[in-house]
Amino acid sequence: MTAVIKINQLTRCFKETTAVDQLSLEVFAGEIFGFLGHNGAGKTTTVRLLNGVIEPTSGSMRVLGFDPQVDGPALRARTGVLTETPSMDERLTAWDNLSIYADLYRVPRVEVHKRINELLDEFDLADRAKERVGGYSKGMKQRLALARALLHKPELLFLDEATSGLDPIAAHHVNDLIVRLARREGHTVFLCTHNLVEAQKLCDRVAVLEHGRLVALGTPAELTRQYVRRLDVQIEINEEQIEGTLHILRSLPRLVISEPVRTNGALTVTLSGHEAIPDLLEILVHKSIRVYRIAAKETNLEQVYFALHDEKESVQ
Amino acid sequence: MNAHAISAIIRKDLKVVSQNKGVMLPIIILPLILFVILPWVVTLMPFLGDVFGITVDDLNKVQDLINRMGAGVQQELAGYDQYQVFVVYFLVYVMAPFFMIIPLMVSSVIAADSFAGEKERKTMEALLYTPTTDRELFIAKLLSGWLAALAVALVGFVLYAIMANAAGWSQIGRIFFPNTMWLVLISWVVPALPGLGLGVMVLVSSRAQGFQDANQIGSVVVLPVVFLAIGQVSGAMSLSVPLVFLLGLVIWLLDGLLIWLGSRSFKRGRMLGA
Repeated sequence: MTAVIKINQLTRCFKETTAVDQLSLEVFAGEIFGFLGHNGAGKTTTVRLLNGVIEPTSGSMRVLGFDPQVDGPALRARTGVLTETPSMDERLTAWDNLSIYADLYRVPRVEVHKRINELLDEFDLADRAKERVGGYSKGMKQRLALARALLHKPELLFLDEATSGLDPIAAHHVNDLIVRLARREGHTVFLCTHNLVEAQKLCDRVAVLEHGRLVALGTPAELTRQYVRRLDVQIEINEEQIEGTLHILRSLPRLVISEPVRTNGALTVTLSGHEAIPDLLEILVHKSIRVYRIAAKETNLEQVYFALHDEKESVQ
Repeated sequence: MNAHAISAIIRKDLKVVSQNKGVMLPIIILPLILFVILPWVVTLMPFLGDVFGITVDDLNKVQDLINRMGAGVQQELAGYDQYQVFVVYFLVYVMAPFFMIIPLMVSSVIAADSFAGEKERKTMEALLYTPTTDRELFIAKLLSGWLAALAVALVGFVLYAIMANAAGWSQIGRIFFPNTMWLVLISWVVPALPGLGLGVMVLVSSRAQGFQDANQIGSVVVLPVVFLAIGQVSGAMSLSVPLVFLLGLVIWLLDGLLIWLGSRSFKRGRMLGA
């Protein structure tokens, strides 16, 4: 896999504050990479660093093979950025906004008209293209900003809270577009978000940032396996072995962290994480318990996020 | 250097400014008062002594003022009667420093909107993510203010030339404006003046919180011209061709210094307050 972003020990300080703290990671071509963190975690600063808008205090990075500090303009010609706020000129019309940025992104003159029309259609803004953006709803502005970020068909797309302020239908439309850009058109998407459901649904891999530091990196499944410390599991066993199984489960406080509950011929227990499943299964098999089915309740990034947060709180 | 990108930013800035009433009103109203209304008021003043409280004594004081001025001015005004001297003195000499305020004001108002205003409206960030270099951004931002200030000044000059000659025609009976000093002013000093407003604004804009803040800080740039106007009205100094030429030279040098300092500190990250 080709890494389109390589970050090594990247640090950016603002006076007393360290916004990005020794960040190291790689983002691969064609993936949707989720960059998670609370407000002020350092997500926007990282996007600015990766596009050569601000300089790092220390560390190094390569984006699409470019050093953002040295080849900023060449790099930015190949990246598209949706900023956290739509950042549109509200006194201008949607058409004017797009046509000016088409010039700035060096879209060939002969293609400008066609490209703008395509995007306005795509984002359902064609009939209001000649109106001033100041009269648009927040969702419309966000859609227009996304259209602007796609004007020059960037290889690498940075989306900072892409669906913030959008209604569910518009957000669904944008998410579909993100998937299409990555899966069908081969764009790499760097998605900054604190919408964990969205990240879980869209991202191939995610990084979790806390106060500028990388605290977790992996696929959503890997992270849930690694960080979720409470996992509800249903175990189906031979009816005659239930009492014996209950006795075994109660004797494993390291693996089973709740009192087992008997429901409809099965047992429901809370385990101390995904790694407890194979351990428990091994013990039950060893004790000659006939296990017909063991099903873990689906876990998600939200649990990972809170687990990381709780871990940090307990350290402090 | 990508001229295409520079012209796109200029187009954007000027379009945005033209839609902003807060910026456009002073740009329209002040020249209208100075270049259209004032010439008529000045030419009518000696004849409406009761309204303006002007006496023959005041007209003599103007003559005393002129007697203290350089030989060139005296030579130009020789042969005019008392009323004609009053009109020519005001419309040609007193108005010259006031005219200089226009390109300064226009450039600093547009630069305040273009630098600090854009930061305030949060539209700057999207611009910083485009493939423009810092130098292209800097030049584009300077040129949008500079070109607009020059356009307003040149249109104002033509308008003023028409109005001054039309208003003074009944008393002078010939075209008396512009004289050589004004031609030097318009071709040498006026093109340099926007650089002062822009240079100061570039330096203050990264620290300013918004358009009003930057505009207030930047307005100090008009003060030297106000002192010049006071000096001219009080007779403490008189604008002549050599003095105007020298003034232009000083302003061009200051432009160079301010723009050099501005370009050194102009980094796209600073425009975000980083």
